[in-house]
Amino acid sequence: MAGLRNNALYVRRRTRNTVARGLALAATGFGLGWLVVILGVLIYQGIGGLSLSVFVENTPPPGSAGGLLNAIVGSIIMTILAVFIGTPIGILAGTYLAEYGRHDKLSSIVRFINDVLLSAPSIVIGLFVYEILVAPMGHFSGYAGAVALAVIVIPVVVRTTEDMLRLVPDTLREAAASIGLPRAHMIVRVAYRAARAGIVTGVLLAIARISGETAPLLFTALNNQFFSANLNAPMPSLPVVIFQFALSPYEEWQKLAWTGALLITVTVLGLSILARSLTARRS
Amino acid sequence: MPGVALNETTLQASQARSRAAVLQRLRSTDATFRLLTRTAVLAVLALLSGVILSLVIGSVPAFRAFGLGFVGSEVWNPVTEQFGALAPIYGTLLTSFIALLIAVPVGIMIAFFLTELCPLWLRRPIAIAIELLAGIPSIIYGIWGLFVFAPFVQKYIQPALIDTFDGWPVLGTLFEGPPYGIGMLTAGFILAIMVLPFITAISRDVFEAVPAVLKEATYGLGCTTWEVFKHVVLPYARVGVIGGVMLGLGRALGETMAVTFVIGNAHTVSASILQPGTTISASIANEFTEAVGDLYTSSLIALGLILFVITFIVLAIARYMLLRLQQKAR
Repeated sequence: MAGLRNNALYVRRRTRNTVARGLALAATGFGLGWLVVILGVLIYQGIGGLSLSVFVENTPPPGSAGGLLNAIVGSIIMTILAVFIGTPIGILAGTYLAEYGRHDKLSSIVRFINDVLLSAPSIVIGLFVYEILVAPMGHFSGYAGAVALAVIVIPVVVRTTEDMLRLVPDTLREAAASIGLPRAHMIVRVAYRAARAGIVTGVLLAIARISGETAPLLFTALNNQFFSANLNAPMPSLPVVIFQFALSPYEEWQKLAWTGALLITVTVLGLSILARSLTARRS
Repeated sequence: MPGVALNETTLQASQARSRAAVLQRLRSTDATFRLLTRTAVLAVLALLSGVILSLVIGSVPAFRAFGLGFVGSEVWNPVTEQFGALAPIYGTLLTSFIALLIAVPVGIMIAFFLTELCPLWLRRPIAIAIELLAGIPSIIYGIWGLFVFAPFVQKYIQPALIDTFDGWPVLGTLFEGPPYGIGMLTAGFILAIMVLPFITAISRDVFEAVPAVLKEATYGLGCTTWEVFKHVVLPYARVGVIGGVMLGLGRALGETMAVTFVIGNAHTVSASILQPGTTISASIANEFTEAVGDLYTSSLIALGLILFVITFIVLAIARYMLLRLQQKAR
């Protein structure tokens, strides 16, 4: 044993192992450290500005106090509209991929295309919607912003719907078919019901993703300093207001930007934790 | 009694009729539903074609004016309407490269920790915490980078780098110039934090898929944890890790908001990574709404097309790698 302990090779291997384990621990600390630092700064900077006026007053002109009401309302309106446009298309397309065309050529092409859309830079989506909606209409609008967000929702929902439907055991489908249920009824009454938690998770994740999206809104919905529920006009949104206010030289604006950033982060992280707990409970 | 018989036949007839009607209704809803799902699939198909088509059409004026030289020219002058994509392309590739240089080793080591070293009860909390990093919207990274990280870099990291490498042959040029705080290095570093969760998550998944017998056999030979990881786990999972790195790269290339805040938006190609630069997405985000004239707008759309092509290629490679992994597993 003593001989082994003094063996140079053995010592070197032991040291190397210890160093590697230390590095792995350090790397994990590094990763977790950023989460703590970012969230910590966010809470520290954002919580001071958090008051009732943030939710009841509109974005102020430079140099005066105000809130984020118009931006919050604009974000909610566009998010809801985007989910209403994107979810049905996403669920139906995911249904086709999982139920009707599981192995056909069209499905494998669409699966690849869906992956491309899923990882397409969101600013490119903004350019696309600018070209097809903003340029022909001649002005920026809330509709264009909602459509841009919907384009981001669709691939997320397609992907999760297909994955979740595929987890439904085929015996359920066969049982439904054996009592004479047509396929559409089998899908709606049996498969959807079995995969419901997973599909809802997909929609929640999509909402989480679009509530923080800034790039596709910059030149579709643009921004609006005033309260506006008119979808046919430029519409403010929380991320774009943060972008504008953070880069401004005015202290009040920067403070509001931090508060808005805190609001968005709490919303997004809350949604993703909710989505996670939905699927966790099932399994 | 004839009345009863009559009743029975009408009853039967009406039953048969309603039966047929119900069957007919079922059949038509069935067909309608199938058609609906098929239409939705075709809509997804049309969406991507629409994206590509609109980008190509939008960038035609720029390519007509500058030809393929657009890609190789560094000039970006809205006043004389001379545009070239070299600086944004360079910035996009450089920041993503810096991001991967940091995130790949760190991500792999975190995955090593999570699969081989971490006590079981801690695995899930740590994995979730790392994934929360992926959930933070990019604008948050941007505002944090601008107000907190960039000043820190300017005050401590950049002066140290400049002093340390002053006069060195290659590194001296790499870390040259006044410490601005914002710039390529800062942007690359923030991107690294953003792609870290992607690389970690996929690496962890593929490390976990390594058959336990292989690891046990190596431990049986007397190997240390690190040796098992380095000589068995990592080679076995190599293809999957590369796939994960490619997915992270795709995200880094297209990232907009986090970069826009801290890149400095300067259309120059500079050898020093401490200098401000620009990326494709940052240029579009900063300039698109202010772009006057068709040629300016078109040049920015052409930049978008180039970005889309680059990310498409990266994604295709990632998919191919992960597909090969699946085939191997089968």
